[in-house]
Amino acid sequence: MRYELDFSALADYWPDFLHGAIVTLQLTAIATVLGMAIGTLCAIGSRSKRRWLSRAVGIYVEIVRNTPFLIQIFFLYFGLASAGIRLPVFTAAVIAMVFNVAAYCSEIIRAGMDTVHPGQIEAAQSLGMSTPTIYWDVILRPAIERVYPALTGQFVLMMLSSSVASQISTEELTAVANNVQSFTFRSFETFVAIAPMYLALAGLLKLGFWLFGLVAFPRRRRLGTAL
Amino acid sequence: MDIVFNWSYFGYLLYGAMWTLVLSALAFVLGGAAGFLVMLARTARSRLIRQISLVYVEVIQGTPLLVLLFIAYFGLGIFGIEVPPLVAAALSLMINASAFLGEIWKGCVEAVPRTQREAAECLALTRWQAFVDVILPQAARIATPPTVGFMVQMLKNTSLASVVGFVELTRAAQVINNSTIQPFLVFGIAGAMYFILCYPLTAWSRSLERTLNVGRR
Amino acid sequence: MSAAANDTFPRPAATAPAVSLREVRKSYGPLEVLKGVSFDVAPGEVVAVIGASGSGKSTALRCINGLESIQGGSIEVCGHHVGTHLSEAGLRALRQDVGIVFQSYNLFPHLTVEQNVTLAPRRVKRMGNSAARELARDCLAQVGLAEKADAYPEQLSGGQQQRVAIARSLAMQPKVMLFDEVTSALDPHLTGEVLRVMEKLARDGMTMITVTHEMGFARRVANRTIFMRNGLVWEVGGAEMFAQPRTPELRDFLGHEL
Repeated sequence: MRYELDFSALADYWPDFLHGAIVTLQLTAIATVLGMAIGTLCAIGSRSKRRWLSRAVGIYVEIVRNTPFLIQIFFLYFGLASAGIRLPVFTAAVIAMVFNVAAYCSEIIRAGMDTVHPGQIEAAQSLGMSTPTIYWDVILRPAIERVYPALTGQFVLMMLSSSVASQISTEELTAVANNVQSFTFRSFETFVAIAPMYLALAGLLKLGFWLFGLVAFPRRRRLGTAL
Repeated sequence: MDIVFNWSYFGYLLYGAMWTLVLSALAFVLGGAAGFLVMLARTARSRLIRQISLVYVEVIQGTPLLVLLFIAYFGLGIFGIEVPPLVAAALSLMINASAFLGEIWKGCVEAVPRTQREAAECLALTRWQAFVDVILPQAARIATPPTVGFMVQMLKNTSLASVVGFVELTRAAQVINNSTIQPFLVFGIAGAMYFILCYPLTAWSRSLERTLNVGRR
Repeated sequence: MSAAANDTFPRPAATAPAVSLREVRKSYGPLEVLKGVSFDVAPGEVVAVIGASGSGKSTALRCINGLESIQGGSIEVCGHHVGTHLSEAGLRALRQDVGIVFQSYNLFPHLTVEQNVTLAPRRVKRMGNSAARELARDCLAQVGLAEKADAYPEQLSGGQQQRVAIARSLAMQPKVMLFDEVTSALDPHLTGEVLRVMEKLARDGMTMITVTHEMGFARRVANRTIFMRNGLVWEVGGAEMFAQPRTPELRDFLGHEL
């Protein structure tokens, strides 16, 4: 049997693909902001002197790192549904992504915080800075600056794994492709077509993070460190 | 529904877990072999080969594994053969792993000081001999922790094979949940099983990293 | 160019030189580090190359075994011609006859001392395991480290590591040995043990070119000393050169070094 590749049938569906790509970006944007915020809090918590707190964060991080995202998303979505809480699929996907990416962020930021020299903190204390100021200006900002490339890499990976949300029918790019292929019967072509779309999204994301880095970390720019 | 979770379901989950392990092992062996080639290409002397392999790595790393899996699944189907989901899953996991492992290993090879290659070549060793006898053993030591770390990633990634109907742990859990409708319990147990498989690797990777750092000091 | 760059000191033997540099030029981008360097080294001769950092002395040495490519001139080493282009096979043939020891030892950390020494004979000369081990024992005995055969480099002092590096080079039975500031990373008492090994090699008739900061060694052991400055051979002479430098630049340099 000879198979003729035919991408033309897909052309009619470009608004659907575009919509899917936008949903993917929305998921990513929300998960990045919330994941970053919660990840930072977790990183601070993991260095806390209160053992229960650092323990709790440690357990959370290990659970996320050692179980598949697909299981996490099923557990959350179907689990809550069985308990009578019917979340919109978009919300469920966002919650799962935040839950997932925050754990990785926490690990990365924590590693960055550990590289801040104790002398820096002592210097800040001797200048009479308050603890929150020290945390923000002396520990967190330099730490995040240092691990910024690792963080952005993690967010790009998260954008890619948002495709898994298609399994609970979140209408993101992969789910759109799934629908399109069921109409057109051009399964192979459809998925080949969305691969470059994801590549473009990944490129867009990297560009965005790079630009953000230019604004947020002027020192990096001045020293010419590659992001 | 009166079907409740029982021991036979648990057995089915264990059966799924076994296939998760088989698929992980397959992915690691195939992906490792392909990743080695990618690493060679990424560190090749020819600029062209380096650039082509860079594009390969960027494309694979920029494509979701799930999309790769669908491409493999439907792409192999084009040839008119009935594709066992295992083959499609193994193929896509291999391609995915080759790009990530290749890039990790490239970094490790480049982390070996340049003077080591220089010293080897000054002893009249060929480039390949210098690579095999001098660079590779040192790179392998650096590469072990991140490689074990990536094995965890691969093990978790096998869960996506459930999407094309391959019965591994996640698929088994879905099947059971479809009849019992006890998602917290079923996915909770499945998650715990993944944890039991992954955690030792995570811990191992971490301890390897620690000894490596101590050794380097 | 200094007028003092001519070579008047008598050589040990009037045979064809083991190493011969002719108008060697080398630049890194716009920066010219060798501006036409010429000198000969006779078989069995020990030549010390001195000069300030940036004078091009290490670069000249590295050109001799092809670690750096040259942009002009030519180098003859034991019948090997090093031009501006050298094939990989030509490079390997050259390096079988020319050993080099580096400032930073560059031992292979994952191999034992003995394995460091036997690697090249086994791989390059296809020597059998037992023959290679015997050779290694000889070479290690020459540098006084026979008992350290099973140690790993990190278990040795800097001086011992450097002596292993010398043994590793000797195992290829080179005709010429190059030493690139081999004692610069060592503290004084470790420097002594390395210099003694080199002196013994010199007495045994090895052709040696050593880039060094050790003026005492240059004066005592070298047949001739080459003073390089600004990418040029500035002054050449025997031990008397240290007492009566002909150029003010050398006098200046020696004044700083002493």
